[in-house]
Amino acid sequence: MRTANVRTTVIWTLVGLVGATGWAVLALARGEDVSAAWMVAAALGSYAIAYRFYAKFIAHKVLKVDRTRATPAERLDNGIDFHPTDRRVLLGHHFAAIAGAGPLVGPVLAAQMGYLPGTIWIIAGVVFAGAVQDMVVLFFSTRRDGRSLGQMAREEIGPFGGAAALIAAFAIMIILLGVLALVIVNALAQSPWGTFSIAMTIPIALLMGFYLRVLRPGRVSEVSLIGVALLLLALVAGRWVAESSWADTFTLAPSTLVVWLVAYGFIASILPVWMLLAPRDYLSTFMKIGTILLLALGVVIALPTLRMDAVTDFASRGNGPVFAGSLFPFVFITIACGALSGFHSLISSGTTPKMIQKETQVRMIGYGSMLMESSVAVMALIAASIIDPGLYFAMNAPSGAIGTTVQEASRVVTGWGYSISPDDLARAAERVEESSLLSRTGGAPTLAIGVSEIFSKVTGGSLRAFWYHFAIMFEALFILTALDAGTRVGRFMLQDMLGNVIKPFKNVSWRPGLVITSALVCGLWGYFLWVGVHEPLGGINQLFPVFGISNQLLAAVALAVCTTLLVKSGRLKWAWITGIPLVWDATVTLTASWQKVFSDDPKVGFFEQRSVFQDAIDRGEVLPPAKTMDDMHTVVTNSTVDGVLTAVLALLIVVVIADALRVCVRHVRRPALSTLSEAPYVESRLVAPDGLFPTQDEKEEARRAVGTAAGP
Amino acid sequence: MRSALRRALSGLRWYVRELTDESAYDRYVAHVRRDHPQADVPTRREFERMRTDRQEADPRQGLRCC
Repeated sequence: MRTANVRTTVIWTLVGLVGATGWAVLALARGEDVSAAWMVAAALGSYAIAYRFYAKFIAHKVLKVDRTRATPAERLDNGIDFHPTDRRVLLGHHFAAIAGAGPLVGPVLAAQMGYLPGTIWIIAGVVFAGAVQDMVVLFFSTRRDGRSLGQMAREEIGPFGGAAALIAAFAIMIILLGVLALVIVNALAQSPWGTFSIAMTIPIALLMGFYLRVLRPGRVSEVSLIGVALLLLALVAGRWVAESSWADTFTLAPSTLVVWLVAYGFIASILPVWMLLAPRDYLSTFMKIGTILLLALGVVIALPTLRMDAVTDFASRGNGPVFAGSLFPFVFITIACGALSGFHSLISSGTTPKMIQKETQVRMIGYGSMLMESSVAVMALIAASIIDPGLYFAMNAPSGAIGTTVQEASRVVTGWGYSISPDDLARAAERVEESSLLSRTGGAPTLAIGVSEIFSKVTGGSLRAFWYHFAIMFEALFILTALDAGTRVGRFMLQDMLGNVIKPFKNVSWRPGLVITSALVCGLWGYFLWVGVHEPLGGINQLFPVFGISNQLLAAVALAVCTTLLVKSGRLKWAWITGIPLVWDATVTLTASWQKVFSDDPKVGFFEQRSVFQDAIDRGEVLPPAKTMDDMHTVVTNSTVDGVLTAVLALLIVVVIADALRVCVRHVRRPALSTLSEAPYVESRLVAPDGLFPTQDEKEEARRAVGTAAGP
Repeated sequence: MRSALRRALSGLRWYVRELTDESAYDRYVAHVRRDHPQADVPTRREFERMRTDRQEADPRQGLRCC
């Protein structure tokens, strides 16, 4: 045990001061210009303190990670999926797997309540809930040979809770895919530049796949370089196409894009992995890591000024145009990824635990990666908060609210207290070479505007349109990959479930079963996509809360599994480590579900909305924003579906939590009844450091143990 | 100076190869030679095909998050 020396104390006091100053400025500054630098300071200071103290405490005092215990990677090493991987490489792998469109989209939408609530939740949420969840799931899955969350739920809670968790995970997958696809449609509609460059990613990926399969198997770096070069060419060529006579071919209406996307998702998911999915994944990983680094650099160099209010009036009134509902609980479900994301528990159980060298590394891989993702969310919030608030609301309010012309939009948005002239709105679109930016909901276009603002501060304004489309391409690229990969995972779950009833489905390579289940999965998310695009009340406005609720409910499942495991493994006194986040998450999410189902504000409650519109139909009236009787019927159908779905999801999760609670209580009363399916202790013979930088002792240990597999 | 640069470059190359799993084949060959000396070592082409086939069979392997 090391005693704290003076140098360490001084350094950590300084880190604490930097973070505290950042928070103080963010919290106290009102009506004056606040630099994004303070947000960065608050975030980084808090992360550092949390990682150094809280994460270390959880790892050593609560989980009691054991450096001498061999991990599944060491014990079951098969050279393919189980193999001890250098911690720095695994950090990259894990981060690339957890960071996607989620942390970029949620914070942008949550900016309608001002930058302060989002910042507080992203940072406090990750420190006390999100990163804890990722680390604890990773730890328990590592102790169970890399079991998935569903398997752990079944083994540790019981078949009932396990089945509920599985169905919830499937439903959540479908909603996730529908909403992500909707984000893409909103970004690409009527945009020949964007549509062309995204379309080009398909032939590029096919070419890369052919190269890797036939020409030079396994040469991933070189093919990725070729791919990225072609991608940038496609991006530049997008502008030429948009200015040429081909522009009309690539100017697609939202409903046309829906058809293309669903067809793409279906075909891509039944093609062999090597053709599209694998090469796309390489491309999107390269772009993801590259762009995030660029963005971090851009934010630090440009240090832009936040122009959004710290807290807007929508936070308390709950009538915001982006999503309805008040700050509590809706900020906490809108920002899921980046603060607390249930989906990460699927990555933390599964792939990563099969590769980790040492139990002691769960802090760096689990907690550390999540802090990195959180910083991506902070950057997204910065990007949304530095653009003109008037433009922000014009881009993120549904057309039912602000109309379809710049004059109308300017009038409505100015009425909300964010003045912007029609000319400014038109010019903002012109500067990024888009026909219009009104009601570009979904977060991606707003983020792209913010990114282009930051980057053009560094590179000069002439590249603004390029950066905008670069950012759109970057998001679209990995959302398209997610559609393909997600459809496959959904199909896999469905094959498994159907296989219990109709035997042949159990064989995952049985062609007819594969095609049928793929079509079903695409049909399901395609339905939500179609509904989202044609929703008179705004697809994102209606569907994003359902997505947020479902993601947070999955987090509740993960936290319930973690808490049960803490209790069952004799760590009852530390059960609050995941127990408090669970209570918070369940409160927030079930409150949100309750309001979405039962609220008598028609903007918030799905069933109230349904009855308001149904009554109007009975009276033969058309209520705005619906324009026709058909719209009215659409609203009624959609709000019924959304309401029922929200209620069912909430019920499933209540079942899981109740079942987990039953197991915990039973264990406390009669510990002899519980079984714990932990892999037995085997002594580790690997030598590897715990953290990013090896300590003096670890270096010496490595020198003594010559010939172990580690990096240079 | 030059050796430091060379070390940095080779470190970068190592990291990229590991991160992209380009080194998967070398790792597998080393594993087979060490733990199963009697077994045949597949060619790189066979190995890469086996890897994608495994992902085909269980798509949860390469799952990315939202």
